[in-house]
Amino acid sequence: MDKRWLRKTLFYIAVIGISLIVLFPFLWMLASSFKTQVDIISWPPRLIFSPTLQNYRRVFEEQDFLKYFLNSTIVGGLAVGFSLLLGLPAAYSISRYTQQRLAVFILLARLMPGISFLMPWYIVFSRLNLMDSYVALVLSHMLIALPIVVWIMSTYFNGIPRELEESAMVDGATRQHAFLAIILPLSGPGIITATTLSFIFSWNNFMFSQVLSMEKTKTLPIAVYNFVSYAEVDWGGVMAAAVAIMAPAIILTMIFQKYVVKGLTMGAVKG
Amino acid sequence: MIRSNFLERHLAILFPLPAIIFVALLMIFPVLYTFFLSFTNWNLTSGMPMSFNGIGSYVRVLSEPRFLHAIGRTFSFTFFAVLIEAFLGVAIALILNRAFVGKSVAKLLLLLPLVATPVAVGIVFNLFYDPTIGLANFVLKSLGLPQGHWISHADSVIPSLILVDVWQWTPMITLIVLAGLAGLSEEPVEAARVDGASEWQILRHVTIPMVMPVILTAVILRLIDALKTFDIIFAMTGGGPGYASETLNIMGFKYSFEYFRMGQSSVILVVLFLIVFLCSLGIMKLRSASEI
Repeated sequence: MDKRWLRKTLFYIAVIGISLIVLFPFLWMLASSFKTQVDIISWPPRLIFSPTLQNYRRVFEEQDFLKYFLNSTIVGGLAVGFSLLLGLPAAYSISRYTQQRLAVFILLARLMPGISFLMPWYIVFSRLNLMDSYVALVLSHMLIALPIVVWIMSTYFNGIPRELEESAMVDGATRQHAFLAIILPLSGPGIITATTLSFIFSWNNFMFSQVLSMEKTKTLPIAVYNFVSYAEVDWGGVMAAAVAIMAPAIILTMIFQKYVVKGLTMGAVKG
Repeated sequence: MIRSNFLERHLAILFPLPAIIFVALLMIFPVLYTFFLSFTNWNLTSGMPMSFNGIGSYVRVLSEPRFLHAIGRTFSFTFFAVLIEAFLGVAIALILNRAFVGKSVAKLLLLLPLVATPVAVGIVFNLFYDPTIGLANFVLKSLGLPQGHWISHADSVIPSLILVDVWQWTPMITLIVLAGLAGLSEEPVEAARVDGASEWQILRHVTIPMVMPVILTAVILRLIDALKTFDIIFAMTGGGPGYASETLNIMGFKYSFEYFRMGQSSVILVVLFLIVFLCSLGIMKLRSASEI
């Protein structure tokens, strides 16, 4: 009995230890974002301090963060929307006609290094006068979102019995009609998973936006990065900016926790 | 009616066609174009027209020590980061693989690093690593240990970056292995227990072999992503100090968008592409071998 109690205690110590290591950078970032510059550079680091909102005020008033926030949302939203438009029929076809090669072909876009596409895009988009345009950014972010959509949705469609649309087709419906009227309405959870995950990846993307966007279409990660070089020693402002950029992705994750886990582990685990 | 019949008869081609065209235009064409450029000496800043120089750019880049160091660094960063992540990730998954109060909270916490914006993560760790006000040195000092240089010194920059990668991506392996463990059947474990095997023996000879395919897939997925690590390195050190943390991806980025030597940068990109492509073939092989 005693031994079991000891094991249980050790187990919970381990769990709490792991949780603290995972959480600590977030907590430190959050705490620093409410500290004055004096508190941040004080040595030893201060655990107790009187919180201030001035960092957030500075970030949102002096920088046009709202605009960058909007840009990130527009680019992510459009990229995910168009990816669903292209990806859902493709995923359905991959699932129903077992087009494994096609699945691999689209998955390659997720695996290959983005920079080997980015350099040619830079040349082409410059020639077409599309630098700093939403078109270029949305297209590039679609290459992030589309493989995620296709991968998650083809796995999801595999789990929907073929009999469902086949019985509708016996009744005279075309396959495309059965797809729209029967399969898609059943695909809510899969679509939520694909949408959440691909939006988060687009939201977090740095490299594509760093090259293809300038002042007009600048997204949040670029704004935060520029803010660091511009306000080198303003750690409080930098941390407030870091909180602002992470908050939406973390809130989405909390709301759709189950779906995000499924999406991230799907594919590596059979089924 | 006839039109919709046409669509239905060719659904297997027409449904995926837009996605295929999109990927071909935005991925295949650019990759081929990069390959083509690698045989030129095109330099955007020189104003000279593009001209072929055969394998000139390859000779030039491949003989450059900076490039050879970048390759070595890319491999050692990837190797050590993924090795640590694999061990920690599997260990944590095995610890958490039971019913306990707060399990769903623990799983939510594990998700957070995975969705945190890497650039911002890098910036937060920069504050940790700051030599004078950073927490890292404060902890070392409190323990009576000598202070570290962290990312400001060539010798310690790569391990410091690996630590960030480990913090952010170990949970990925944990979550995948946890999902794999959840899908295992209980029977072999029960059978071993009936036969009198100890918990450790069960773990070593039953559970781990059964989740091995899942572990391998998770590790290769991480391997592919670690080879391409860009955001945290670029945000934290920009490849410095000097070139001390410059990986292939960072070097390719600088050659493309800072020096505009497109011919030479294409060589770097082709090499990086081939390395990642070979690793991807590995994962495809593995997947088809386990009949997924």
